[in-house]
Amino acid sequence: MKPQLPDGLVAIVKRECATCVMVDPLFANIATSGTPLTVYTQDDPTFPTSVSAIHDADLSVSWHYDIETVPTLLRIENGEEVDRTLGLSKDAWQKFTGVTDLGADLPVMRPGCGSLSVDPNLEDELRVRFTSSTLHSRHVELASAEDEFESMFTRGWTDGLPVIPPTPERVLRMLTGTTRNPQDVVAIAPPNLVELTVEKIAINAVMAGALPEYLPWIITALEAVCNDEFNMHGVLATTMPVGPVIICNGPGTKAIGMNSGVNVFGQGNRANLTIGRAVQLTIRNVGGGKPGEVDRATHGNPGKLSFCFAEDEAGSPFGTLAQERGIAPQQNAVTVFAGEGPRCVVDQAARTPEQLTNSFAACLRATHHPKSVLSFDAILVVSPDHSRVYAEAGWDREKILSELYARLNIPGTELVKGALDMAEGLPAKFADRIVPKFKAGGILLAHAGGGAGLFTSIIGGWANGTMGSTPVTRPVLS
Amino acid sequence: MSAPILLDPTNESRPAQREQLTRPASVKGLTVGLLDIVKARGDVYLNRLEELFVAEGAKVLHFRKPTFTKPAPPDLRHEISIQCNVVIEALAD
Repeated sequence: MKPQLPDGLVAIVKRECATCVMVDPLFANIATSGTPLTVYTQDDPTFPTSVSAIHDADLSVSWHYDIETVPTLLRIENGEEVDRTLGLSKDAWQKFTGVTDLGADLPVMRPGCGSLSVDPNLEDELRVRFTSSTLHSRHVELASAEDEFESMFTRGWTDGLPVIPPTPERVLRMLTGTTRNPQDVVAIAPPNLVELTVEKIAINAVMAGALPEYLPWIITALEAVCNDEFNMHGVLATTMPVGPVIICNGPGTKAIGMNSGVNVFGQGNRANLTIGRAVQLTIRNVGGGKPGEVDRATHGNPGKLSFCFAEDEAGSPFGTLAQERGIAPQQNAVTVFAGEGPRCVVDQAARTPEQLTNSFAACLRATHHPKSVLSFDAILVVSPDHSRVYAEAGWDREKILSELYARLNIPGTELVKGALDMAEGLPAKFADRIVPKFKAGGILLAHAGGGAGLFTSIIGGWANGTMGSTPVTRPVLS
Repeated sequence: MSAPILLDPTNESRPAQREQLTRPASVKGLTVGLLDIVKARGDVYLNRLEELFVAEGAKVLHFRKPTFTKPAPPDLRHEISIQCNVVIEALAD
């Protein structure tokens, strides 16, 4: 609980700080001037020497009043803080106290020192001391001889890789990444349809190895998958090898160090890997979606551990996926897509946009099955080397997509059952029709990858539309 | 080694325990619900079951999920529970 401070002036100091030692004599002057003064000392209860002080031994006053610098001088009226000054500003101290010649022999300005309550070595401990009541999750106490990593495997909390132990210290630190209340319900998590709180997400984010600044992205991605449109329940339950593919946009991707370049889908980047992993761990642990239970995938794919990347916005000649999907420029956003593993399109010879588009269309045609039409969407992740061909020819997103769709109108004779000596296919009545491979909007265009390599990637989707899953884009809020 | 305290990452719920109903000795006079999850050819399987149940003296009612990729809507589950004595859910392909 926040301690009540007495009306008048309140100073917070520590002996270890040279500025505090410098202002020590001023407290006696203030006290004799008639202004009520209370001094709290963080470290040495015998400091300051000019007046007696209250020892803020557990740093409760310093923590609850967000003291970052000592000395801090607060003005309290009717129990409420109305003003504060940090360090020594002689002018401010004279105005606060009404003592016009206060500290006449002192420098005009002297910065303070760091408050003990923000000491990196103490901050986690203090956060637990003063805010752990905001956490509602059950405490699991391990035996002293128990290996915490092994016990988390045993409890079924992991995705098959080790996880970071979610101690109260780590979870509270994770929660500093969001302004949301730990008990806010973000979504109803499938498959068990349970209320998903910010706290439970933070716990799983810690386990995934995420940093606090990733938390808003993780929360947004979970909001984006836990709804009827994306249909995370079906994405889990299907026998097909799909999971949530998370594409991040906006300046925040750079701020949190996401990878949009070399090895963009691969290993090596903490933000990319742990954001995706946190989403999947949350679905597993809170939603209850586990392989072999509700997750019935025949093969699955390695991306079900984590498949998350940032779009290379600066290098894109055709804008961004998020903006295409209605997000304002400079707004951080997450797009989720029920997708399988990426496959590579190799075209090292195309020098015209038409040639390149022909290659893309031919490879997109084979997604899932050359005779499968309209049932699945796909993301085409164009590399910088390939996008240069479009940039040089002046093709924008609209032009690229319209040329792709035009090349993916397929004669029914190639699609009907039995054609190409394959049993798979459409009923015979489609033989005299032209059928598009993708529904309108079924190709999502993104830009990412390293600066060298005439390769592009296709991420095939899952049953699309109301029958299956629709991609969802959401702005990332703090 | 100190004993660490971990926060439970799960939803901390326990599944409700329900007794399984006794299998009926005969379906004669019972209402059998056939729930088609709308996977391909599920109807073939369920229609054949209908023939067999009708021959055994059961009344058969058909139900359909809007899509096999999502759980049956609560209203549909309620409908089945009040109209049928037993239910069969087809999982065909």
